Amino acid sequence: MEKFTQLTAIAAPIRRINIDTDIIIPSREMKRVSKQGLGEGLFAGWRYTKPGGREENADFILNQPPYREAKIILTSANFGCGSSREHAVWALHEWGIRCIIAPSFGSIFQGNCVRNGILPVVLDDEKVVELVNWVEQDAAANQLTVDLVAGKVSAADHIEYSFSLSEADREMLLNGLDAIAVTLKRADEIAAFESRDQKQRPWAYPQRPAP
Amino acid sequence: MGRSCIEKLWDAHEITDLGDGSSLLYIDRVFLHERTGSIALKSLEASGRRVRNPAQVFCTMDHIVDTFPGRTDQTLMPSGTDFITATREAARAAGITVFDLGDPRQGIVHVIAPEQGIAYPGLTLVCPDSHTCTQGALGALAWGIGSTEAEHAMATQTLVVRRPKTMRVVFDGTLSHGVTAKDMILHLIATHGADGGVGYAIEFAGPAVRNMPMEARFTLCNMAVEFGAWTGVIAPDEITYEYVRGRPYAPSAEHWESAETCWRSLVSDDDARFDAELRVNVADIVPTVSWGTSPQHAVGIDETVPDPATEKDVNRRQLMEKALEYMDLKPGVPLEGIPIGAAFIGSCTNSRLSDLRNAAAIVKGKRVAEGVRAIIVPGSGQVKAAAEAEGLDKTFVDAGFEWRESGCSMCFFAGGENFGLETRVVSSTNRNFENRQGPRTRTHIASPTTVAASALRGALTDVRKLV
Repeated sequence: MEKFTQLTAIAAPIRRINIDTDIIIPSREMKRVSKQGLGEGLFAGWRYTKPGGREENADFILNQPPYREAKIILTSANFGCGSSREHAVWALHEWGIRCIIAPSFGSIFQGNCVRNGILPVVLDDEKVVELVNWVEQDAAANQLTVDLVAGKVSAADHIEYSFSLSEADREMLLNGLDAIAVTLKRADEIAAFESRDQKQRPWAYPQRPAP
Repeated sequence: MGRSCIEKLWDAHEITDLGDGSSLLYIDRVFLHERTGSIALKSLEASGRRVRNPAQVFCTMDHIVDTFPGRTDQTLMPSGTDFITATREAARAAGITVFDLGDPRQGIVHVIAPEQGIAYPGLTLVCPDSHTCTQGALGALAWGIGSTEAEHAMATQTLVVRRPKTMRVVFDGTLSHGVTAKDMILHLIATHGADGGVGYAIEFAGPAVRNMPMEARFTLCNMAVEFGAWTGVIAPDEITYEYVRGRPYAPSAEHWESAETCWRSLVSDDDARFDAELRVNVADIVPTVSWGTSPQHAVGIDETVPDPATEKDVNRRQLMEKALEYMDLKPGVPLEGIPIGAAFIGSCTNSRLSDLRNAAAIVKGKRVAEGVRAIIVPGSGQVKAAAEAEGLDKTFVDAGFEWRESGCSMCFFAGGENFGLETRVVSSTNRNFENRQGPRTRTHIASPTTVAASALRGALTDVRKLV
């Protein structure tokens, strides 16, 4: 998995509460059994003028010059709610997004971000608004810096906010770890739990269905 | 200090506390479907890893499959067949049980996992599908995950999970005639917001839940994710045990007693502490219908479309304005009487036998309004067969409904079937998101009986006038 340590980049404000994963990538854009080729479908319902079409909607922020290069999204509460589709995260990543700053996230989406090298940063709404106000003055020049090592988001020298992440998620992002490999280091512990549990809860292990 | 049902379930599966607020949990069951399971299986195979315990992994075909009578692997959705065949091949290679097309047990994952007795109290169950919380109604810890986590669960039989805060939602009182579990959960989300449960695992409790049949409990827990919760749980009781007993994959007679003993201990202790508690008197709830593009945009059928000007929170106000534009509605318009072009009964929320019976009772001997396309999609092959044995299919067909094979169908638009541009649909599903059911489709979510009543009139209808 791609590492995340520190990033200075253009940030695109997409401010609306409850942006769901159907908005991030409509189901109709998930065309193949693949994690690739999804960037094109990112925000398809907003980004293009017609459903299924590819003519750009000039009003949508990610179609506008400075924001086309954005690697950070500044958004609102409950971003990524709804469907579990990891395609939303794969689409964001392929398009170029590496960090999303919001007051809260859909829980499955947040987990999916961490497993794909995208840093979800939780900041209070007022702080996100502060960042948006600053970015909007001159998006190309007013880039944000997100530092996972220090746990800080900063804007030039006048804004600095701390954020936290669970240690497991932080380690995974900082080192680009393979979560399965990390867990398999505990294979013996898992096997011991399982053999103990099979005696304690024999009913919890599937049996052949009754005829 | 006492423990809650959620804490007891958590503790029973905790292999180790990782010390950073998360734990490594043992996963009893993994369920897959062809939409997101296909990529998880394919990716696991590509990494050279194997499914650790194939007997604990199950798979169904529900998301992409067509629901027309006589369906095959071919789908109206472009490239849908690839998802079906890729899933089938990978699942067979991994030795996973598949409820495939043509299998009488096939159906929507959250309908068939309980129906087959694969989900039951005391288990952890995950599926790369957000509505996995449905199955928490059995007193299991069941939650939706991503495809990468599904790989992790299959390869290790574990997941690393952040310990959630706990919330108890107590439903007091007795439901009025014509009001259902669907109205309860829509009311809760409308009152506290679509992010009201973010960060929480929720136990639904109280007399109104205890008195609720199993199928209604599934509906209640199904939309915990629409409340932003990590999952929803209902502590098991006699109704649960009665439901589980004798199902094909349920604990055998040999193990039943020890299972039930354990299940009885899962009830929250009297002195259990919750991080938050909400109380709702269900007698105050009326049939509830969504008007906007978030499940928090819902009001009683006897109310009017709300005015964003009265909303103090700027973020909420802006979303309301966008929603009204998308839905082509004006503030102050009574919900009842808004004309509809289509009606849909189905989905993991409301496609079980009791849902179909209740809807059939409304439409029996009547006709769907002129110009309204009305569709019923049973949640599983077994629900369909049971409904047909009671003649419900005939009731629906005689009333002008289409009667389909089971699947997720038009709960979402994957590029295949849809109701058409800007069609207004009243739907027993769970999401009224922009473009969810089709390009610019305008979805009003409601209970199956409200959908049935509205189909007859061709407009959103207060079902209490028909029951």
